[in-house]
Amino acid sequence: MEIALRVNGQERTGDIEPRRLLIHFIRGDLGLTGSHVGCDTTSCGACTVLLDGSPVKSCTLFAVQANGSEIKTVEGLMQDGELDPIQAAFKEEHGLQCGFCTPGMMLTAAELLDRNPSPSEDDIRWALSGNICRCTGYVNIVKAVQAAAPAKSEPVATGSEA
Amino acid sequence: MFPSRFDYVAPDTVEEVLATLAQHGDEAKILAGGQSLIPLMKLRFASPGLLVDVNRVPGLGFVEETGEHLRVGTLTRNTELERSALLKSGYPVMADAAPMISDPLVRNRGTIGGSLAHADPAGDWGSVMLALGAEVVIKSSTDERTIPVSELLVNTFTTSLDPTEMITEIRVPKTPARSGGSYLKMERRVGDFATVATAVHLTLDNGTIKRAGIGLTAVGSKNLQASAAEDALAGAEPTAEAFEEAARLAAEASSPSSDVRGSAEYKKAMVRTFVRRGLDKALELARG
Ligand SMILES: Cc1cc2nc3c(=O)[nH]c(=O)nc-3n(C[C@H](O)[C@H](O)[C@H](O)COP(=O)(O)OP(=O)(O)OC[C@H]3O[C@@H](n4cnc5c(N)ncnc54)[C@H](O)[C@@H]3O)c2cc1C
Ligand code: FES
Ligand code: FES
Repeated sequence: MEIALRVNGQERTGDIEPRRLLIHFIRGDLGLTGSHVGCDTTSCGACTVLLDGSPVKSCTLFAVQANGSEIKTVEGLMQDGELDPIQAAFKEEHGLQCGFCTPGMMLTAAELLDRNPSPSEDDIRWALSGNICRCTGYVNIVKAVQAAAPAKSEPVATGSEA
Repeated sequence: MFPSRFDYVAPDTVEEVLATLAQHGDEAKILAGGQSLIPLMKLRFASPGLLVDVNRVPGLGFVEETGEHLRVGTLTRNTELERSALLKSGYPVMADAAPMISDPLVRNRGTIGGSLAHADPAGDWGSVMLALGAEVVIKSSTDERTIPVSELLVNTFTTSLDPTEMITEIRVPKTPARSGGSYLKMERRVGDFATVATAVHLTLDNGTIKRAGIGLTAVGSKNLQASAAEDALAGAEPTAEAFEEAARLAAEASSPSSDVRGSAEYKKAMVRTFVRRGLDKALELARG
């Protein structure tokens, strides 16, 4: 099946079986290996990407479902050779050790900061609760997100209320 | 891991979805949030020949009050329900439950209709809907019917849905002013299914209980309705003794099994404690 989608702002296409998972399409077909496969069972969040702005586990979504969508992976965070504030903060605050969970953590955190430019520690821990880290104990991850928060220039209105 | 081969269609109207289901019968499966179905397919516990993706059908995700009901579209994501101001103000048992379901990433995809259709006895929405006396609207290419959630949930992973049918919306009776509810869930960690969870909804009339709804999660072959406890409360004064007795009856109605999350005995005791606490909380909200 042919699909066309935007990945990190670029038009990409593929001709794939419906059973191809989005994570395998991103890593295998597009060669973007920043998104990781941790558990492969919808539990860890290492495979997190933004699908039309919302963080999802790409091991639990078929690539055909993303046809026509906008995907952002960790490779899309850096702009014009500059680290995104969230990347800079993870580096500065030692928000990573092995780095396996980090792409997912940063994408989930980036979406939180878009929704809520000044999250409390609880807000941050809540938003990241689907992303598991084996290494850091989370303290520095939370610090990094806090540090990135004021660096976001445009405050955006909080959450969508149904 | 990846599933066995299947065909995939993504219609953009409900009519097309229903026509496809009518044509393919039990070879086809609806794909909603995919957060239960895709893991099952990856493990090859499910191998449908055709997936009918309903995510491109507009208008299936909404939360609104109309006439006698709160209407929730089948494809409403758990994240939307978690953030809904309407649920926070009028439907506390739903507002309590939504953020307890899975984790934020899974909630961004998982849907209320998918959860009910999946009929996992450890699923949270079933018990909440039983407590509220909710109904589901079900369509096929030739018919439309509305049935109570108690008639939808038949057994573990088994509903009364025909393979040609689709849930389109959930209808919850509007909650009157003097009502309150709560959902209490014990989980080992974020994202885990319940060890035990209890849904309670109370409506008062002049100080006595007009209606009580009690649903139980993960303590039987499906989400259980604690009917004996509900009946004992209807028309009674909301006293500590009445709540104690209802909690005892609810625990009696549960039939948990021992597993890694706890022993059957422990879970039964937790049903009693949670129903008791849940009733207290519901009463406090109902009294405003
Ligand atoms: C890590 C993890 C943790 C979880 N924790 C919890 C939890 O704590 N509590 C909980 O309740 N759930 C939990 N879930 C399940 C999650 O909430 C699922 O999303 C949900 O149960 C199924 O909804 P879905 O929209 O993803 O449905 P899908 O996976 O798309 O579908 C599930 C089933 O329902 C059928 N179906 C879907 N929509 C319809 C419809 N409109 N009409 C007819 N049939 C339909 C499908 O064909 C399929 O058989 C968890 C899942 C994961 C991966
Ligand atoms: S690899 Fe997708 S959630 Fe773990
Ligand atoms: S830094 Fe190693 S898993 Fe998070």
